[in-house]
Amino acid sequence: MGIRFVLLVNKQGQTRLAQYYEYLTLDERRALEGEIVRKCLARTEHQCSFVEHRNYKVVYRRYASLFFLVGVDNDENELAILEFIHLLVETMDRHFGNVCELDIMFHLEKAHFMLEEMVMNGCIVETNKQNILTPIQLMDKTS
Amino acid sequence: MNPFSSGTRLRDMIRAIRACKTAAEERAVVRKECAAIRAAISENDQDYRHRNLAKLMFIHMLGYPTHFGQMECLKLIASADFPEKRIGYLGLMLLLDERQEVLMLVTNSLKQDLNHSNQFIVGLALCALGNICSAEMARDLAPEVERLLQSRDPNIKKKAALCSIRIIRKVPDLAENFMGPAAGLLKEKHHGVLIAGVQLCTDLCKASTEALQYLRKNCTDGSIRILRDVSNSPYAPEYDISGITDPFLHIRVLKLMRMLGQGDADASEYMNDILAQVATKTESNKNAGNAILYECVETIMGIEATSGLRVLAINILGRFLSNRDNNIRYVALNMLMKAFTVDPQAVQRHRSTILECVKDSDASIRKRALELVYLLVNETNVQPLTKELIDYLEVSEQEFKEDLTAKICSIIEKYSPDKLWYIDQMLKVLSEAGNYVKDDVWHALIVVVSNASDLQGYTVRSLYRALQSSPEQESLVRVAVWCIGEYGEMLVNNVGVLDGEGPITVTESDAVDVVEAALRHHSSDITTRAMSLISLLKLSSRFPPTTERIREIITHEKSSLLLELQQRSIEFHAIIQKHQNIKSSLLERMPVLDESTYVRKKVGSSDAAFSADKTGQRVSSGTPVSIPNGVAKQQAAPLVDLLDLSSDDVPVASSSATDFLNDLLGVDLPSQSSSGVVSTGTTDLLMDLLSIGTSPAQNDLLSPDNHTSSVATSGKIPSVSSPPSVKGVALETKSPHASGPSPVLDLLDGLSDMSFSAENPTFPSITAFQSNSLKITFTFTKQPGKPQVTQIKASFTNMSSNTYTDFLFQAAVPKFVQLHLDPASSNILPASGNGSITQTLSVTNTQLGQKALAMRIRIAYKVNNQDMLEQGQVNNFPQGL
Repeated sequence: MGIRFVLLVNKQGQTRLAQYYEYLTLDERRALEGEIVRKCLARTEHQCSFVEHRNYKVVYRRYASLFFLVGVDNDENELAILEFIHLLVETMDRHFGNVCELDIMFHLEKAHFMLEEMVMNGCIVETNKQNILTPIQLMDKTS
Repeated sequence: MNPFSSGTRLRDMIRAIRACKTAAEERAVVRKECAAIRAAISENDQDYRHRNLAKLMFIHMLGYPTHFGQMECLKLIASADFPEKRIGYLGLMLLLDERQEVLMLVTNSLKQDLNHSNQFIVGLALCALGNICSAEMARDLAPEVERLLQSRDPNIKKKAALCSIRIIRKVPDLAENFMGPAAGLLKEKHHGVLIAGVQLCTDLCKASTEALQYLRKNCTDGSIRILRDVSNSPYAPEYDISGITDPFLHIRVLKLMRMLGQGDADASEYMNDILAQVATKTESNKNAGNAILYECVETIMGIEATSGLRVLAINILGRFLSNRDNNIRYVALNMLMKAFTVDPQAVQRHRSTILECVKDSDASIRKRALELVYLLVNETNVQPLTKELIDYLEVSEQEFKEDLTAKICSIIEKYSPDKLWYIDQMLKVLSEAGNYVKDDVWHALIVVVSNASDLQGYTVRSLYRALQSSPEQESLVRVAVWCIGEYGEMLVNNVGVLDGEGPITVTESDAVDVVEAALRHHSSDITTRAMSLISLLKLSSRFPPTTERIREIITHEKSSLLLELQQRSIEFHAIIQKHQNIKSSLLERMPVLDESTYVRKKVGSSDAAFSADKTGQRVSSGTPVSIPNGVAKQQAAPLVDLLDLSSDDVPVASSSATDFLNDLLGVDLPSQSSSGVVSTGTTDLLMDLLSIGTSPAQNDLLSPDNHTSSVATSGKIPSVSSPPSVKGVALETKSPHASGPSPVLDLLDGLSDMSFSAENPTFPSITAFQSNSLKITFTFTKQPGKPQVTQIKASFTNMSSNTYTDFLFQAAVPKFVQLHLDPASSNILPASGNGSITQTLSVTNTQLGQKALAMRIRIAYKVNNQDMLEQGQVNNFPQGL
């Protein structure tokens, strides 16, 4: 499957966006978010961006006050996931213009639409920023 | 219009939630919003459906239940308006739980949207289907998806491809329908379609071997071409990531090539060139380039690559390993694990670097490196590697110690070149991280010490020293206390000093001091304290002058609030106070613990085939019941008796809780509970306790022996045949048999009464045990005036053509019998009956005339240094013994 979930968390550990590609109950989600956020936020910049958690890995990257966490299977290419996180951020930047936590909070559905264009069922589907943003821009124009 | 729903906008709700200072406030806001949304839903409010769903998504993200919104999603999906549909589908994907009825309802809407003329709506439906589709939906909608794979619009094509992945994962039977279209996708130009197509092919390969064959034939060329095109492509701004065109496509296609090339020399052959090109030409100064190199190395290791290519791959990993970026080093370690199976030598070359990584400040890197070091250890490098790891143990972080300790112990156990080294290393680990050492590890250490008679003095002295410096390491304390109790005199008298061992002077009261300290130490748990008590009791016998002091210490514990300790101290106190006559035999050193049995027990216990609490039951059920003459019934009886040793004979901790018994299993408790009655019988019971897991197998071997040995009695004992199939079944089925012994015994008693009336009877010799390899005969003599006491002269004859060494005979008797074993004449038994060993047993039957003598025996010896074990039951004693 590759990607199991994408999480955006702020410095305080509050979830700002969560997309799961496997079914988890609400309690499982809360527990998982709590555990991995605690693990990742405790790490310093000098440590590597990968954390092993249960039977999968979390690849994370920090942008200012926002942490992007991606849970992947063990055989996934960690470096590529780092690159994918960066691509996601660049795409959001292009749309919101220097994206920040509030942009994502108040435009949660748009952030989801972007992610939806990029990842489907845990697989990366599109890596061209323009292709990702076109449907969203079209929708903005009509509404 | 509903007065609540119009209240807050999404933005206001988010602000209100953010303004909350406590979790309780947040819950209150959310509860209010949810109530409003529910009200709006029940009123079928159309205007704010969109906004309500957006709110629900936010609430869901915060971790609150939102199941009531699922039906709203369906309504929005059915709407004709695109933005509403859009948010409806998003809500469906986010809020959905696995409630099948909702999925059923959505299937129809999905079908309509998949056939919609608007490409964006089709895309939405495909995306939703790809994320949530169930097996049922997969079957229903597969034809639509197949059709859309042929669409001309690349956006629809790529989504249809990913949707197909979900479908074949849910219903692998459908894989063959997608093979052809999937192969076709690899000819496209659009990167999105290519990346989706490549992933579809990879999944098809996993789903069925048929698909793998097909794709190997039809896609190998295609995948090589994609890789060549993308890696040779000129600057392409829309897919460029730090100078490399679409690293994601690179990586996916390399993954596919790994699937295709694995185990197929021809396909691998085609790939060699392009892989070599990617491995040499990719820029390695940026993360994207390294990601490709990393994937490329994995593919080279996975397929049947040429040796030159493999060298290239290992060199890339070497470069990664010395990189200063932690991410790169992490993936290098990860990859070396996989490379180890392919080329262990090449990985060994990086050993020193890997060892450095174990000490890294980064937990993820340490963990990977430790796993790798564990793989790298072998007989030749175990000593330096272990030293490094133990040195590091001193300075490592607390949370890493547990992992590290477990790995070090496992390495020491697996590769130790000799016992001295093993003991030394274990003591180091125990002193450094005794609190992290698992129980079975220190149990194993005790078994080894018990078997290494020449090292016991050294061990106990080293433990004494270690205890001075690390009294807070629980397992160290336990092992030390046990050893001091057993080998106390070696500590004081400096027995068996090794070369290079520093001199040490320990007085008897010093030894008592350390054990007392362990008993009193605030961090000692109940097991350690109980072991300390036993150790003290044993010391009172080793060092008679200290008895009074030990009695005082034990008296102090009589008021312990812990029942186990209280009971033990009361019992031990009674032993010291009232039973001086039996104390020395009661507190004899533990017989040598059987290593092979312990190893088997360890293996057995890891299967969890039996639970610890059943120990007692298992011991009694560990005897065969299939012997067709009733003897079997008696077999169970003495063992059960041994277990519930009568507290009236000797007040020992026989009734301790089973779980506690298990704690101490094989270490000390059995000796306490049984040695009072049958000092050598201890071994037997102990062995049984230790060999629980293996007893059924042994029994199978045993039964013929028992059969022959009981022939002599078969005429006298009424035959109660049990079917052979009962052999080795669970206790429950045996219980009727187990309850059987009394009538048989009674019958015997009657007979023995009669024969006993004769004065100074003489008894015929018996063959107590016979197997293909060994014969034991017993001759009996009675001393006049002591009718209860029988001297048995056991004579052992070797029936095989090999000499037996380390010959050891052990016997156990029921609780109404006391047994004393004299030393054997030798421990070497010559081959083919050329000589024999004799050993005298003294048996006192306290219930002479009421109960017949029975004995369970066990013979251990070595043939060509192989441990052998035989055991049996002697039931053919003449009456009147």
